[in-house]
Amino acid sequence: MMNPKTQNKVAIGTLYGIAGLVVLILMALLGYILVSGLPQLSWHFLTAPAKAFLKGGGVGIQLYNSFYLLILAMLISFPIALGAAIYLYEYAKDNWVTTTIRTAIEILSSLPSVVVGLFGFLFFVVKLNLGFSILSGAFALTFFNLPLLTRSIEDSLRTIDTTQREGGLALGLSRWETVTRVILPAAVPSILTGVILSAGRVFGEAAALIYTAGQSAPALDFTDWNPFNISSPLNPMRPAETLAVHIWKINSEGIMPDAKAISSGSSAVLVLAILLFNFAARYLGKRLYKRLTSA
Amino acid sequence: MSKEILTTQDLHLYYGEKEALKGINLNFEAKGITALIGPSGCGKSTYLRTLNRMNDLIPNVTITGTIKFKGQNLYAPSADTVQIRKEIGMVFQQPNPFPFSIYDNVIYGLRIAGEKNKEKLDAVVEKSLRQAAVWDEVKDHLHESALALSGGQQQRVCIARVLAVSPEIILLDEPTSALDPVSSSQIETTLLNLRHDYTIITVTHNLQQASRIADRTAFFMNGELVEVDQTKNIFMNPAEKQTEDYISGRFG
Repeated sequence: MMNPKTQNKVAIGTLYGIAGLVVLILMALLGYILVSGLPQLSWHFLTAPAKAFLKGGGVGIQLYNSFYLLILAMLISFPIALGAAIYLYEYAKDNWVTTTIRTAIEILSSLPSVVVGLFGFLFFVVKLNLGFSILSGAFALTFFNLPLLTRSIEDSLRTIDTTQREGGLALGLSRWETVTRVILPAAVPSILTGVILSAGRVFGEAAALIYTAGQSAPALDFTDWNPFNISSPLNPMRPAETLAVHIWKINSEGIMPDAKAISSGSSAVLVLAILLFNFAARYLGKRLYKRLTSA
Repeated sequence: MSKEILTTQDLHLYYGEKEALKGINLNFEAKGITALIGPSGCGKSTYLRTLNRMNDLIPNVTITGTIKFKGQNLYAPSADTVQIRKEIGMVFQQPNPFPFSIYDNVIYGLRIAGEKNKEKLDAVVEKSLRQAAVWDEVKDHLHESALALSGGQQQRVCIARVLAVSPEIILLDEPTSALDPVSSSQIETTLLNLRHDYTIITVTHNLQQASRIADRTAFFMNGELVEVDQTKNIFMNPAEKQTEDYISGRFG
């Protein structure tokens, strides 16, 4: 029988060990991706279009597609998620309807993304006849993102103390005014953090996009900003392979001679972008909180 | 009796099945301070929160009886809670300034009501903060965060925030119980300055506080109003045995 003090030490030691292991795995992964990927990066790699059979292709279009798709998906999912979260947390009474909605959100959030992708394929691509397009992809990503974002915004609202709501109402503000003028401003920094973090997940999503946004990246003409032209970067009806899908595709059927290098480079870009999102989320959240709370 | 601004008749309140207020009859005259005292769980805070319908926020609450503010039934189906709370403001136990600047805190109610005139807003900020006896301490930091203030200053800013929407009645739910003694006495001074212009109803656990500031005191126990009278009478010469026991700390 160990004495409590030794027990404590052993327990702490074990926990440190586990935490250390997690950090180590992350470091090893990041290290491997960056060490093999960073040397591939160049301005040419980041901007040039991909080549199907020859070496020397880049990921310019895929990178652009990733961002465009991300922005579209966020534009669609954020207002819905915000509304759902406000309804669920500020208005909904605790009854079976609310419970059903919550359960639905929970299940939706644990749906494997490949299932979301196949659903998107059958519904948006085939049934609604949107084809392999940015729009189909954005809708699929919305399905993927909506539950996570709703939960994260709800959590942000939860961090605002009830006394703030009472304070607003006691001043003669309506429920809606209290939500929009007191609660939301106070929650903005943490909502923003949640949005950026979920942007990171969306950015790296591949499975939901393979069957919706497609696996081809037609050449774009970056001087043509008319969204109705097929080669315009803004056209939402064109197929658009993203960076994450590109990595998947190169590794499963890439026949260009420098496939491995491109795959490593793309992975590094993807990881760097997601890291950037994470740091930006923290930084902006803190900055914004400071600004909003001290005017 | 002089003019009664707020009357409650046979007020019952149930949390689910549990009866928390058992038929309260209590009237308030305009102006002056009334203290509600009594042991924890006696229903005094619950009662206070029925007066501006803050209990509406709690699910499963049933209220019967009548509360009339200037003759109008607060619980009539047509009653407008937003309007009611503009006229019957409330200050809470925990200071709850919004996470904005002091200035924005004070004018929040007015600004949302649509007031844009900068001069008028400035004037209201100064007047309200002066009334709340915190102007001198914050006048040079009006545009800094209210969260940076001490608890006592925050609470006075919260009082100023309520004053800025010019209510007739101010409800205070143990406004000093989260504060240190110095801050508490500043709040008391503030309330004493306000008693000529507002009808103030405050819940307090602190008997000395009630005796220091209240014109009238009401003693609650087990969801009933035991007695209400001039503060002096309650403390020196209570009519009920229960009151006397509570006042003298011989609680039974």
